[in-house]
Amino acid sequence: MNIERKRKISGLMALTFSTLAALIGLFWLVFILGDVVMNGIGALKLSLFFNDPVPPGVEGGGLRNAFVGQFLITLLATVIGVPIGVLGGTYLAEYGRGRTLSRIISMLSDIMVSVPSIVIGTFVYAILVKPVGHFNGWAGAVALAIIMVPVVLRTTENMLSLVPWTVREAAFALGAPYYKVIIQVVYRGAATGILTGILLSIARVTGETAPLLFTSFNNAYFTVNMKEPISSLTVSIFQYAMGPYDIWHAQAWAAAFVITMFILVLTISGRLLLRWRYKQ
Amino acid sequence: MRSLLPILTKKNPLDLLFSAITALASMTVIVFIIGILWVLATRSWPALQKFGIFDFVTSLSWDPVKENFGAATSIFGTVVTTVLSLVLAIPLAIGIAIFITEIAPNFLKGPVGIAIELLAAIPSIIYGMWGLFTLAPLMSKYVEPALQSTLGKVPVIEVLFRGTPLGIDILTASVILSIMIIPFTASIARDSFNLTPAVVKESAYALGATQWEVVKDVVVPYSKLGVFGGIVLSLGRALGETMAVAFVLGNNHKIATSLFDAASTITVTLANEFTEADKDIYLSSLFGLALVLFAMSFATLAISKVILMRAEKKYPR
Amino acid sequence: MKPAIELEVKNLDFFYNGNVHALKGISLPIQKYAVTALIGPSGCGKTTLLRCFNRMHDLYPNHRYGGEIIFEGRNILADKVDLINLRSRIGMVFQKPTPFPMSIAENIAYGLRLKGIRSKSELVDRIERALKHAALWDEVRDKLNASAYELSGGQQQRLVIARALAVEPDILLFDEPTSALDPISTAKIEELVVTLKKYVTIIIVTHNMQQAARVSDMTGFMYMGELIEYDTTEKIFTAPEKKQTDDYITGRFG
Repeated sequence: MNIERKRKISGLMALTFSTLAALIGLFWLVFILGDVVMNGIGALKLSLFFNDPVPPGVEGGGLRNAFVGQFLITLLATVIGVPIGVLGGTYLAEYGRGRTLSRIISMLSDIMVSVPSIVIGTFVYAILVKPVGHFNGWAGAVALAIIMVPVVLRTTENMLSLVPWTVREAAFALGAPYYKVIIQVVYRGAATGILTGILLSIARVTGETAPLLFTSFNNAYFTVNMKEPISSLTVSIFQYAMGPYDIWHAQAWAAAFVITMFILVLTISGRLLLRWRYKQ
Repeated sequence: MRSLLPILTKKNPLDLLFSAITALASMTVIVFIIGILWVLATRSWPALQKFGIFDFVTSLSWDPVKENFGAATSIFGTVVTTVLSLVLAIPLAIGIAIFITEIAPNFLKGPVGIAIELLAAIPSIIYGMWGLFTLAPLMSKYVEPALQSTLGKVPVIEVLFRGTPLGIDILTASVILSIMIIPFTASIARDSFNLTPAVVKESAYALGATQWEVVKDVVVPYSKLGVFGGIVLSLGRALGETMAVAFVLGNNHKIATSLFDAASTITVTLANEFTEADKDIYLSSLFGLALVLFAMSFATLAISKVILMRAEKKYPR
Repeated sequence: MKPAIELEVKNLDFFYNGNVHALKGISLPIQKYAVTALIGPSGCGKTTLLRCFNRMHDLYPNHRYGGEIIFEGRNILADKVDLINLRSRIGMVFQKPTPFPMSIAENIAYGLRLKGIRSKSELVDRIERALKHAALWDEVRDKLNASAYELSGGQQQRLVIARALAVEPDILLFDEPTSALDPISTAKIEELVVTLKKYVTIIIVTHNMQQAARVSDMTGFMYMGELIEYDTTEKIFTAPEKKQTDDYITGRFG
């Protein structure tokens, strides 16, 4: 009987460790988010959204330039990246279904999703910044678009593959050509899933900093000219947090709070949407 | 898999056009990868030619003044922080996966799983900032002195705990990295654990095994390939992480021997120096670092992908 | 002479998913060193009943037992029963072969090690004995260290039986053990079941009436969570008392 007791005790210890591990994981989440919320809400002022930066020591500065810049870069990245991703995913799931080439592209996309984003920054620097001679907003948008494409492509492929084949057959039986079947029937069936994939990819690139460092860089002044260096929230957070002034740190926390909440809301609603759409 | 040839041979011109557009769009992924490789290779060529490929990778020198560049210190920092973060993350991640699949009551499985995955949604700049303002002071004030007065007294390994604990060092950076990769390892481990057929687990229970024995002897061996793939994926992710470590690693081109030393990774060097590189050979050397990083992470990620695909094939749902 | 009783099921009720009443007031004695077959249409509760004997239901939430199952004078449905100990005495074999991801020898050693047997020579001895009992020894004696997955389905099922036998249980539960096997493997398993009753009490759930008739001494016919009729196999298949039983074995429904 002694051996059975020993087995039970060691089992209990191992399972306690696992529970502890989960608690530690949750602890980190609460710790980090709590820190961002506490420091961020305290520093949150309306001026953050409506004023441009002022020199250190002057009161009332904000990050309007960074909010607008972030919005423009993300918007353009979405406009470039999403169509390529959705169309590419369409090829993999429809015309190229089951082909070796499609499988290779799928696999390469999965790898691209995790390739260091700073490397993409250096790549875009070489093709879009160096030739022009100065940092510019377009380069930032392209860098983020390159990050978006594989994400959107893979989710689109997966979502289209979930549409039952019989749905396509039913449309073929009516004499529709394949492109019409895809656009009018398959896309409709997978719309929620694709949309969610797009939302999640926007959430993903909104938090990116490294690929913007050498592309859109930063700009202390308000601009909407994408041919010039343009400010973004993440790069501003980096600059302000590493800087020496308390007022900068406070603004960095406030910006961090806004961006974190935006991403979490997007991520959670995306997941809920998927769960609701694909219950079984 | 159905053949689509009968449809395509109808040759509706619009259909051909649409298929060509989608095919081109999907090729962009290949174009990106070849483009990145080509651009990084040509841009780093001057540096690689000047210092020699082997010497560039193995040289410890990183001296912008004398224009003498080698990647070894940055590679060292990258490898050390990555390995250390894996050592810290793997036991926790596997524990979390066991908790979610085997221990947690049903109503907790979903919420805990999502909470852990949210760790992956937090942008890395937030990790970096939190690390700089919150974690680093705690490390230098409490954790590191405590380590120094305990493990720092043990012969041989005391080398790892020398120096002034400032909190801006390898240990802090590795802790942050480990938190960031926990969700990747944990979610892949969880999915692999879930692949173990219930009836195989039941037959272990039917022999009188305890819950832990079922996990240790059946679930883990059954899914070890998948878990291993998840670990390699996390490794690939950790190699390329920039902002989380840029705040708390310092930027120190030395081979550190203590966990309390500042260091530099490839990513940190790039983030800090890329926009300041004033000489062509300096910039070219930085492109060389980017090429090394791209090669390292691409290889790691490709290996993890192959392992995960084989794991899925071996134990289909 | 009255046969010895291994298990006494008394007025057993079982509920799952909160309140689905899956077993309704079942009572039957299980004879020692005999083969008892449970038959009935799918969904009748025969597997559910089988999984009460080793408390397999306890692995999943939201279930409730009522009544008693007496084993060695104690109710095994009581809360304080040690499930680890209970399951090491009442073994189980499932529909599909369930080898563990280890070698053939390790599969059998697994349960023995759980019991605390460490001695190499004893392990070797008992592995051989279990494989001989399961009529598998001659086929695997030269590849004991090969992975269990290299065996055919029928061999895997006999390996699993050997694994269950190795820990020397008092009772062995079979849950449709041949439904995933070809006819030749099925015949081997059936033959095995008949010889094994020398050592263990056997309860077998099967959807195959010929199988029940071939291997069992006692047969219980279940329908919609109730035990309709329980008697010697001969009686059930030749002169059942209830019309439902008769309809089922003659194939009029099921």
